[in-house]
Amino acid sequence: MLQDILVTGLVNGGVYALLAVGFSLIFGVARIVNIAHTAFYMLAAYCFYALQVKGGLGFVPAAAISVVAVTLLSVLCYRLVIEPVREHEAAVLIATIALALIFQELMLFSFGGHYLGIPSTLEGGIRVLGVSIPYQRLLILVVAAAMLAIVWFVLYRTRLGLAIRATANDLEVANLMGMNVQRIAMATVALSVALAAVAGVVVAPVFVVDPFMWLAPLVTMLAIVVLGGLGSMKGSLIGALVIGYVEAITVFALPAGAYLKGAVALAIMVAVLLVRPEGLFGVAFEEER
Amino acid sequence: MYLARRAWAELRNEVFVLPSRTAVLLWVLALLALPVVYSDAYVLRILTMTCIFAIFAASWDLLAGYTGQVNFGHALFFGAGAYTSALMSHKLGITPWATIWAGAAVAALFGFAAGYLCLRLRGSYLSLATLAFPLIALGLLFAFPDFSGGELGISGLRRLALTPVTNYYVAAVSMLAVVFGLWAIADSRFGIVLHAIRDDEVAARASGINTLRYKLAVFGICAAAAGLAGALFAHYLRVAGPSSLEVALSFQVVIWGIFGGLATIYGPVAAVFLLYPLTEWLGSFKAFGELRLLIFASIVLLVLLFMPRGLAPWLRDKIEVQCPRCKQRNGAWRSVCRLCVAPLQTQVTRPERLVGHQ
Repeated sequence: MLQDILVTGLVNGGVYALLAVGFSLIFGVARIVNIAHTAFYMLAAYCFYALQVKGGLGFVPAAAISVVAVTLLSVLCYRLVIEPVREHEAAVLIATIALALIFQELMLFSFGGHYLGIPSTLEGGIRVLGVSIPYQRLLILVVAAAMLAIVWFVLYRTRLGLAIRATANDLEVANLMGMNVQRIAMATVALSVALAAVAGVVVAPVFVVDPFMWLAPLVTMLAIVVLGGLGSMKGSLIGALVIGYVEAITVFALPAGAYLKGAVALAIMVAVLLVRPEGLFGVAFEEER
Repeated sequence: MYLARRAWAELRNEVFVLPSRTAVLLWVLALLALPVVYSDAYVLRILTMTCIFAIFAASWDLLAGYTGQVNFGHALFFGAGAYTSALMSHKLGITPWATIWAGAAVAALFGFAAGYLCLRLRGSYLSLATLAFPLIALGLLFAFPDFSGGELGISGLRRLALTPVTNYYVAAVSMLAVVFGLWAIADSRFGIVLHAIRDDEVAARASGINTLRYKLAVFGICAAAAGLAGALFAHYLRVAGPSSLEVALSFQVVIWGIFGGLATIYGPVAAVFLLYPLTEWLGSFKAFGELRLLIFASIVLLVLLFMPRGLAPWLRDKIEVQCPRCKQRNGAWRSVCRLCVAPLQTQVTRPERLVGHQ
């Protein structure tokens, strides 16, 4: 059981980390609470399903096309829906909720509400420490680690990353220094949705695909982001691992754990907030006026 | 006779001068007169639900719009009211007329608890943390199915009233009472303090306002109203189920509130009265049945692109103008303010503009 907990927690934590880091990026740079973030994850899973099962494409081309398509769609949505109402925070909020609902209903309408399974592309598995890990789950872990490394590289080793971090730090000053804040926000949206799309694609063969698959990870992702501190990459990463392990422990060790896993994860988030209102790694900034 | 003449004068001088007040009066009269004129059971059913959700949306607005505590977990209070009232009337056999108040009281306790936990949080942190509360409650309900009925909830509750018309009046009258009550609170000194807390909490505290106490109080009030809505809802549908705690309901109330216009009370109510019957009506068509939510979301999105501050403020600015001198509202057709006779037109002539700016 201990090994099960270790492996499941790590794999789920990896998926959550992909989602949470992306969400955190958008929040940090553009101050958008993007409720539709996991809806893009759902869209990517559906796109992957359509291309691989219906279209008969191989794993790699199907995955690549889905990620690119969903990323382009997100940029389009940002330009058409979010940007016109950017200065009204409340409007942005429900615009993203409405977008998520629209995606959910579109998928419900075109694919139906039943669970869709995607046959896993990698059969077999390896045994580590006496617990067998299917290759598909190992793939999730590898992809998550690789994507996080890429994000780290983009953020800390490129000019774009420098601009993103500067904008997240202080939008007005970044604008005054001659950065095109609008374009940086767009690039951030693309980057973060790409992360969500990658998560959706690698997760699709392991979990089932259905139009409501965005709700559960949405809540968990929000809990992680708040736990780690809004806008902090390191916080999201550590928060994702914490919540991944907490969920795994609840499911394996408690009676009726499957029902309680969300509740326990959220209760931990609330407990952390009570001690540190700005999350584990959030910056306790003075009130913004 | 004197009283009648006095009332008519009040009506003419205070209500008919403003199109928005006239609209509110007409709306109240229409609500109360509807079953007399047209008592189709289906229409009454939809309107009863609309009234219940209007209470819910208005209570969210006092918390989120006025105080700035944008609550993503308002369904917690709705569900607390529904489950408390259902459990008490079902297990203990108390009449629902008593248990709905118990539901509201327990919801208020939940409100104090949630408010206490949220005292140190602000902004997005508060929104995202409050999202967690109903889900924690939902997890607990599922983990103890003997007590809560699990996925199925508690069904077979007693109704408050038997006929559709009386049920409608129960919902409509309690809606009017609660909404006007919340409106009065929002318009009072208390409401002004809430505005101050939203705009600048530090400054409010510096002016000697105990903001913590005010925030707790407003959490309690709004939770009680939402709990009452939940209890009415449970007894009307005769079931208190886990759907009353779901994220979808919390998001629904956020959509109503922002779509209608924050910090207005009447905005969210108007949004519910517009959007809820609309979705039900769309759902009654076979072809649209599956697309109902899609059309709903698209309408919300499109309307927001044109009126990002919400429906009610946009509409109000079209039909009314504010006097530049005394800030009194006037009908858009007037050329001078009805109180201070200052010119209302936006195009000010040259010398006046010079005077105005010095």
